[in-house]
Amino acid sequence: MPATETLNEAKRVMQICNACRYCEGYCAVFPAMNKRLTFSDGDVTYLANLCHGCQGCYYACQYAPPHEFAVNVPKTFAELRGETYRDYAWPGIFKGLFEGNAKWIALITLLLAVAVTAGVFMVQGADVLGGVHTGPGAFYKVIPHNVIVYLAIVPFAFAGLAFLVGLLKFWRDIDGKASGLVHPGALIQALRDAGQMKYMAGGGHGCNYPNDNFSMGRRHAHQMTMWGFMLCFAATSVATVYHYVFGWEAPYDYLSLPVILGTLGGIGIVIGPIGLLMIKKKADPAPQDTKRTGMDIAFLWLLIATGATGLALLAFRETAAMGTLLAVHLGIVLAMFATFPYGKMVHAVYRLGALIKFAHERRE
Amino acid sequence: MPPIEFTKPHDVLVLGAGNAAMSAALTARARGASVLMIESANKDLRGGNSRHVRNIRYSHNAATDYVTGRYDADEYFKDLMRVTDGNTNEELMRFMIDASEDCADWMLAQGIKFQPPLSGTLGLARTNAFFLGGGKAMMNSYFKAAEKAGIDIVYEAEVEDMELDGGKFTAAMVRHGGELHRVEARTVVLASGGFEANIEWLKEGWGEIAENFLVRGSPMNTGKVLRAMLNAGAKPIGAPDQCHAVAIDGRAPKFDGGISTRIDCVIFSAVVNKNGERFYDEGEDIWPKRYAIWGRLVAKQPDQVAYAIIDSKSMGLFMPTVYAPFQADTLSDLAEQLGVDAPTMEKTIAEFNAAVQPGNFNATEPDGCHTEGLEPKKSNWARKIDTPPYYGYPVKMGITFTYLGLEVNKQAQVMMNDGKFAENIWAAGEIMAGNILGQGYAGGTGMAIGNVFGRIAGEEAARHARN
Repeated sequence: MPATETLNEAKRVMQICNACRYCEGYCAVFPAMNKRLTFSDGDVTYLANLCHGCQGCYYACQYAPPHEFAVNVPKTFAELRGETYRDYAWPGIFKGLFEGNAKWIALITLLLAVAVTAGVFMVQGADVLGGVHTGPGAFYKVIPHNVIVYLAIVPFAFAGLAFLVGLLKFWRDIDGKASGLVHPGALIQALRDAGQMKYMAGGGHGCNYPNDNFSMGRRHAHQMTMWGFMLCFAATSVATVYHYVFGWEAPYDYLSLPVILGTLGGIGIVIGPIGLLMIKKKADPAPQDTKRTGMDIAFLWLLIATGATGLALLAFRETAAMGTLLAVHLGIVLAMFATFPYGKMVHAVYRLGALIKFAHERRE
Repeated sequence: MPPIEFTKPHDVLVLGAGNAAMSAALTARARGASVLMIESANKDLRGGNSRHVRNIRYSHNAATDYVTGRYDADEYFKDLMRVTDGNTNEELMRFMIDASEDCADWMLAQGIKFQPPLSGTLGLARTNAFFLGGGKAMMNSYFKAAEKAGIDIVYEAEVEDMELDGGKFTAAMVRHGGELHRVEARTVVLASGGFEANIEWLKEGWGEIAENFLVRGSPMNTGKVLRAMLNAGAKPIGAPDQCHAVAIDGRAPKFDGGISTRIDCVIFSAVVNKNGERFYDEGEDIWPKRYAIWGRLVAKQPDQVAYAIIDSKSMGLFMPTVYAPFQADTLSDLAEQLGVDAPTMEKTIAEFNAAVQPGNFNATEPDGCHTEGLEPKKSNWARKIDTPPYYGYPVKMGITFTYLGLEVNKQAQVMMNDGKFAENIWAAGEIMAGNILGQGYAGGTGMAIGNVFGRIAGEEAARHARN
């Protein structure tokens, strides 16, 4: 559970909001709030993670500072979300990675990129790392396929497990009935809301972000990022099928399915985060948790680095740069997987949990 | 040094920056007039009482994305005639209602956003369109439109006096940055609200008890423009004690508490004064009419305070409150906490409980559950208060807006005491709402009055200035 002080501030704010209710048109938070008369620790943790940070309610608030009620829902909830990410992290020993998160993400990424490249250099030698390799299996002349698989699957599977444990702990606190988490109807509804980023549309006109103008910019940039990531994931999945089912070895043709998916996805996770960074730079700090901006920025740069090195690998795969690009790209992907549960990526897990809960409540 | 805007010539000077002022300024600007708005608040608190509103009541012949059904001019008229008890200028009321038909479309065109009708729209989903995010969001849209249109706006500028030559406006004396400036313009639109935040003025109508009133809206509504106009010979309309006032939580801030401080549990309560005695039928009528009468009822009690007492059965039947209720396991403990005479309150509740008749309680409509042989009786929702824990809310009168204002005609022209209309002075919004609202209120009407007369005032002022 997040700190008592943060929870109490969220409860104080929700009690004021619940007596006003002017913001019910903006998003899911306020209809969910309307269903309650009082707010438990679990209630505010749920509502904080249901909040997409569109900031509409802040600029609309007659009780925002300098009013003595000092209501600032987006900031209060962002702070509580930040504590959620840290406190539900598993295993607990890694909670500290959320303090000074940007520093950790940068360090881990750099270490892994250097380590993989150095590893290839030492094991395979400079001739292989700097050589020109073409045709089926070209990548695997630099790093054997099995090594790539084992290197990737460990942090990937671990991240999945850490997400699951965190989600279960979160769910226990906000709801309690584990069966609710896998209810098909609620799950489909939540996935649909997440896929469309429905509540980033505020009341249908977009976020009040980076300032009090309504804009779809953040939603579109975020959609590009998320769908870019999904396309990259799809590219990898298709390539896995190619490799194991059909015995076709990468690199694949420029017009093959994995390369098309990966190229589009790579562009998505470069352009989307660049858009988000540009908007963030202009953002009004008042409705934000500025203490954790570093976490957001580190994650966006990690995505950009992943996408950019992947695209560079595609562009230069028939040159002598391929070996180094492959090693650096693999190192960055490993860093991304390894830090998934200990960085901004976890927001997706708790947001989905909160959307599932909301899908249940909407049915009642 | 005066701000640069004060030294430029303007066709139209608009005093105030709420809904009525914006309606006037944007209309005048669209007609080609140069416009200067003077707002006494700073940027955070701009927009007067419009910052606290939620919806607008306007006539419409069919459902739209924002209202659930037809609310035609005749029905609107009937509603306003009922709440004002005929204390109105019927012709002007009719005119306002007919003209209100395009209020929502006009506001949409300025960039204001409405929300679809939702569960929480207080039973007004058919008659009133709700602003997405409420009044402050609406005002943000207005200010954006005004800035885009090239309207000059000076914040933290307060009108101290009006300079008139007979029925002709020549200049306003405006305090800004600690200095008094003389601001000229060809015409002026008065849209600076009422005087509910001016306790001394309220005392003229209410006496010393006004000291204990809470002001639900802007602390800037001190009525300086209204006072200056009355001193300069404008004709008043409305009584000084007529206003919209409701029962709100006694712990609310002195100013700007807005909507969240309302207390909705009166119908489920026994309401006692500080002596522990009941004084009015808590179950007389349904919300929201009853909500509006309790402000005045409480104002007539000792120290202008009362206490709504319920038991655990009623918790959850009404809108949650911004402040947690006082809570106790015995009535005497609760009375002690509230500062109410405990023996009398216990006796009052015991007598009340004994008078409650059996019935089928229904929270959502008048249910006939009543008392027998009790004075004053409770005619609906009467249930015994006997299941601890007991809860108590202190309530005081919260004043929303005042009705004493300036007499106007259909062109929103201000009438002078000599019976002639001022040559270049128009008024809109709360400062002239008393022409239509002699007493009583129906939620969302103020916004329609402000918008309709604001637009007319802006149009007339622009025409006059540019001729």
